[in-house]
Amino acid sequence: MSSKLTRTDIERIAALAHLELTEEEIKLFTRQLAQILEYAQQLQQVNTEDVSVQWHHGITAKPLRSDVLRPSLTRDDAIANAPESTPDGLFKVPKVIGE
Amino acid sequence: MTNRDWTVLELRRAVANGDVSARNICEGYLNRITKVNDQLNAFTSVLQDIALARAEEVDNQRNAWLDRPLLGVPITVKDVICMQSAPTTASSRILANFRSPYNATVVNKLLDAGAVILGKTNCDEFAMGSSTEHSAFGPTHNPWDQEYVPGGSSGGAAVAVAARLAPASIASDTGGSIRQPAAFCGVVGLKPTYGRVSRYGLLAFASSLDQIGPITLTVKDAATVFQVIAGDDPLDSTSLSEPLPDIEMLFPGNAKGARIGIPRRILDEGVDVDVMKAFNQTLSVFTELGATILEIDLPHINYAVPVYYLVAPAEASSNLARYDGVRYGVRAAPVKGEPNVSTMYDQTRDQGFGNEVKRRIMLGTYALSAGYYDAFYLQAQRVRSLIRNDYDVAFNRVDAIAMPTTQTPAFRIGERVDNPLAMYLGDIFTVSANLTGLPAISLPCGFTNHRLPIGFQLIGKPFDEATLFHLSDAYEQATEWLTIRPPSAPD
Repeated sequence: MSSKLTRTDIERIAALAHLELTEEEIKLFTRQLAQILEYAQQLQQVNTEDVSVQWHHGITAKPLRSDVLRPSLTRDDAIANAPESTPDGLFKVPKVIGE
Repeated sequence: MTNRDWTVLELRRAVANGDVSARNICEGYLNRITKVNDQLNAFTSVLQDIALARAEEVDNQRNAWLDRPLLGVPITVKDVICMQSAPTTASSRILANFRSPYNATVVNKLLDAGAVILGKTNCDEFAMGSSTEHSAFGPTHNPWDQEYVPGGSSGGAAVAVAARLAPASIASDTGGSIRQPAAFCGVVGLKPTYGRVSRYGLLAFASSLDQIGPITLTVKDAATVFQVIAGDDPLDSTSLSEPLPDIEMLFPGNAKGARIGIPRRILDEGVDVDVMKAFNQTLSVFTELGATILEIDLPHINYAVPVYYLVAPAEASSNLARYDGVRYGVRAAPVKGEPNVSTMYDQTRDQGFGNEVKRRIMLGTYALSAGYYDAFYLQAQRVRSLIRNDYDVAFNRVDAIAMPTTQTPAFRIGERVDNPLAMYLGDIFTVSANLTGLPAISLPCGFTNHRLPIGFQLIGKPFDEATLFHLSDAYEQATEWLTIRPPSAPD
């Protein structure tokens, strides 16, 4: 497994992460992520063949809560922080279809 | 009330006895904040009016509230924890205008206990960093020397307590964010066991690692605040109802007969000379107090940093997907051409997040992406299990494990900010408690030649905060570090 990161990798990851990186950021992250991943390569030396992934002490499957209606945020509270909303209480976004 | 360095317990007693009003105390701390916050930048918002109104409420209710454990005690809250009627920014541009519609469970618990919340403290953006330099609102400065970082990510929280701007702060710790700044600022910081404290209302960074805890001047204060904020919460499915220690029984502390383990493997390399000297002196104090020091081996401990810097960014990349400019936060202004939702997301996130957050989102997205998941993320989770197993084995022989909190004392502002890997490597002693979920406390244990504080850390068995408090208090009683004030602390 090689961690040699290319510019194409960075552009692919940025698209997955929904980040429109600047030219400068692409260069910076290509260099820095390559360095960090090269360092993380040392984990490949560890034999984990029989190791299972564990969860924290005391955390087990939680009993489900009863399905009872509880108060939640009002529509006004939920929409109060929206960058754009409509007068009838909907979140407003730019065009979704037709790209 | 003769000295200037009141503890939580002293303040509570003074208010309960009627020696001083909660309003007077609140004004005193607000005055100190006004004097030095321009230099230290410990707060993202100071809630002057809210705090004074609240203090008056406490004074009016005093007789009915006499049994409340934080009656009239001023406290600060890290700005990644939601508080209604105050900004919650995560020290990020993307949440610069965000107002939480609800209180975090810890905030409600503090208020139920009679506390007065003074303000929100500065931190690395979304709690990602080890220096509080990655804040959209500028770095926080160390009150022992303002050219130095206070540590991070909870730099503002630690500085508030160290500079006597509050007797206690509430912060979060994902890889050392409570303990490392506590060490760099010369105060006490506790990361409770995973599951002890509800994270409802904490802006999630890495959900399998995040835990909320207190920063205080004394161990007893840490235990008092811990007792208030801990407990099962139906709003956080990872919180647990393990019984809490009886703090009356824990103090005064005693180290007689305690077995303290030392993991030599990570102490041989990279530890600053002054830090090692202070650590060895700390062990001598414990020996004099009747504890036995035993060498233990944690065979996989050297992998803790690479495991952490794959697991934490992976979880962060998922948790931070919610910041997309739709339901809350700052949306990027549309650029030329027909705007569409996808470019709006991409531009909002690029403009709203700072470099460290973007770096971690990128790293985490990579570690989770097709073709790399098994080799990076899954392998990291498996090695994490090995680290946890190492601790479980060690705890068959010892009651607690001691190590310095950090390899070096505070570094200069700007020194590591352009070298993320160097910054990450500094977290070697703190990240394993998060990976394993174990409780850990950092205590002041000395100073460098340059008069910068040094901290040491005790890690305990799951849900055994009691032993940490008991041993730490014994050490605190035997030493006088907490009586030394930083130069930037106002009278």
